[in-house]
Amino acid sequence: MKEDIKSFTISIYTENNIGLLNRISAIFQRRHINIESLTTSQSEIDGVNRFVIVVNICEDTACKIVKQIEKQVETIRAYYHTEDQTIFTESCMFKIKSDLLFNEPQIQNIIKESNARIVTVNKEFFVLEKSGRRNEIESLRRDLNVFGIMQFVRSGRIAVTKDQMKITELLTAFNNQ
Amino acid sequence: MKTQTINKNQEVAEKTQNIAGSEAVVRSLIAEGVDIIYGYPGGAIMPVYDELFKYQDKIHHVLTRHEQGAAHAAQGYARISGKVGVAMATSGPGATNLITGIADAQIDSTPLVCITGQVFSHLLGSDAFQETDIVGISTPVTKWNCQVTKAEDIPGAIAKAFYIAKSGRPGPVLVDITKDAQVSNLDFIYKKCTGIRSYNPVPKTSQESVNAAAKLINNAKKPMIVWGQGVILGQAEDELKAVIEKAGIPSAWTILGASALPTSHPLNIGMVGMHGNYAPNKLTNECDVLIAIGMRFDDRVTGRLDAYAKQAKIIHFDIDPAEIDKNVKTDVAVLGDSKESLAMLLDALDNNSHESWLQEFKDLYAIEFEKVIKGDISPTKEGLTMGEVIKQINIESKGKAAIVSDVGQHQMIACRYAEFNVSKSNITSGGLGTMGFALPAAIGAKMAAPEREVVAVIGDGGYQMNIQELGTIFQQKAAVKIVVLNNEFLGMVRQWQQLFFDKRYASTEMTNPNFVAIAEGYYIKARKVTKREELAEAVKEMMDSKESYFLEVCVEKEDNVFPMIPSGAAVSDVRLS
Repeated sequence: MKEDIKSFTISIYTENNIGLLNRISAIFQRRHINIESLTTSQSEIDGVNRFVIVVNICEDTACKIVKQIEKQVETIRAYYHTEDQTIFTESCMFKIKSDLLFNEPQIQNIIKESNARIVTVNKEFFVLEKSGRRNEIESLRRDLNVFGIMQFVRSGRIAVTKDQMKITELLTAFNNQ
Repeated sequence: MKTQTINKNQEVAEKTQNIAGSEAVVRSLIAEGVDIIYGYPGGAIMPVYDELFKYQDKIHHVLTRHEQGAAHAAQGYARISGKVGVAMATSGPGATNLITGIADAQIDSTPLVCITGQVFSHLLGSDAFQETDIVGISTPVTKWNCQVTKAEDIPGAIAKAFYIAKSGRPGPVLVDITKDAQVSNLDFIYKKCTGIRSYNPVPKTSQESVNAAAKLINNAKKPMIVWGQGVILGQAEDELKAVIEKAGIPSAWTILGASALPTSHPLNIGMVGMHGNYAPNKLTNECDVLIAIGMRFDDRVTGRLDAYAKQAKIIHFDIDPAEIDKNVKTDVAVLGDSKESLAMLLDALDNNSHESWLQEFKDLYAIEFEKVIKGDISPTKEGLTMGEVIKQINIESKGKAAIVSDVGQHQMIACRYAEFNVSKSNITSGGLGTMGFALPAAIGAKMAAPEREVVAVIGDGGYQMNIQELGTIFQQKAAVKIVVLNNEFLGMVRQWQQLFFDKRYASTEMTNPNFVAIAEGYYIKARKVTKREELAEAVKEMMDSKESYFLEVCVEKEDNVFPMIPSGAAVSDVRLS
């Protein structure tokens, strides 16, 4: 019986340590799992980092991987969620020649309709920023590609979960031990 | 220099002002109660060796002949004593040579602290002489590791290292210390680590899970226990015995669980796994409740997973939540320390016995005895067998020796036929299957437990993988008994070639040197046995020796180990020939 491959968002709360990224990515590597995206940042708690990793795997594997991540000494907690259990977004930037902005009136409509934001404009180029779902970003990229894109970059997914993580409670409980 | 010792909450904090980082390393080890370390010096660790010279009355440093030997010796030390083994090496090749031992300790849950020297921190990343990213290399095979670049971070890192190595499910840790951290000064304060907020080493055992387990066991008609090393690591041998006896459950062991319950115990039904005993393998697929205690359902234990104990309810006791449902789906998981969880289980169990079920094991044992065991331990053919050598060791040691085995046919034979009357008596490389493990591991075991008889049982292949450690045995006067079972083949691989590759013996036959002359070259008393008439007397001479002793036994070249579960077959398809 083969389980369904789905997109899972793995959220990990960790100490801020050199080498931990390596340790966590090794857990995916040894099972030959490709990481779709990985983002790490400060979390809501001072001194605690949060990883958001997106992978396409079956739930059984997601469950095992999360336990193996949680087993790492400097992991505080790890969770996995399906797309509908999270609120998520990605962000992207386009660098485009400035003259297009004036010569191609359609570009202004595209920007307006896509809810993209102009970050900066100078004589040579302007920079457009857009956050949203992958399909929205992809559609914008396709529309702009017709006119020529000087640079394009997209971030990994960031996500918050609908349910609670209770990390603060966990850390408070340790401090009270 | 001002030294004071503060006693607070039973925690000893050592305090000395302005000492070098290298001295802090040694003082930290002493504060952790370390008295023996295994290692090999070199450029980037020399300041620490200089301190070891000054503190040699407190710490005995054992110079192995290769860093791999140091790691395995530290493992042997840890496995027989339950304490943390310590290995030390220099940067670059010294550090990378430790890796096999570290990987072995990781998969076999052995507490190890490895300390490596590293190039000056300003040279990191510059491809400096003997620079290697050992933290990066060791990450997948350590429970935890870190690099220290400042002297003042040394005591904290070592305290954390020992705490992590020993607590919960034990494992190897590595602390990499740059040379500048070793040579700069710090005010030394040593505080033992007692907790890390992101790390929960021992999950709490829930009473509900114990009750659920007890209910299944109390109602079972054909229960079977398979215990692993978790029982030994948790020092739960007495609790295991009490549970087995109260509920009257036939109980088998994994290779690393061996010796937790004496071989002769009436409810000890032998070893499970690829070359385990016939009855427990076969009846794994007949039992109604399978109780796994401190074991991890390794593929060598389960055979084909989708045909493993499908009829049974599975109860899994483990300290590591990541083991639950990893390979086999459980019906009841009991998390926690085995000593505590088994004691809780004992209270909830009914007195019981399962005589007719136990009889099924006895009947299958009788078949295995007739078809396999008799020929192995009391052969009538001309050639010597590995099994009869183990039997002689049992007779001479009265089943009290610690058997340190290497990897291959001799290992399976040793584990099958050695008599274990004392816990922590089976020291072998189980998970990683590291050839070359036994000789150095036996050195560590003997030094940790000089009062015990330590017999290394090794094949001619594995022996030559770390044969240089004879030098360590000689220099340390370690009274290790070495038995090489020489079949002039890499026997286990040859057996597979015979059974599954049409007897194409690709690179498995060995032209061996004069092993006796080599041992004698190291001034170790040595003897070679080629005939059955000489065996008993030679084993006796070896066991009676007060010093190290080398015994080579030339055994049948093409004997096979049976029973055997062929790779990919179900446990119940275990073959007797």
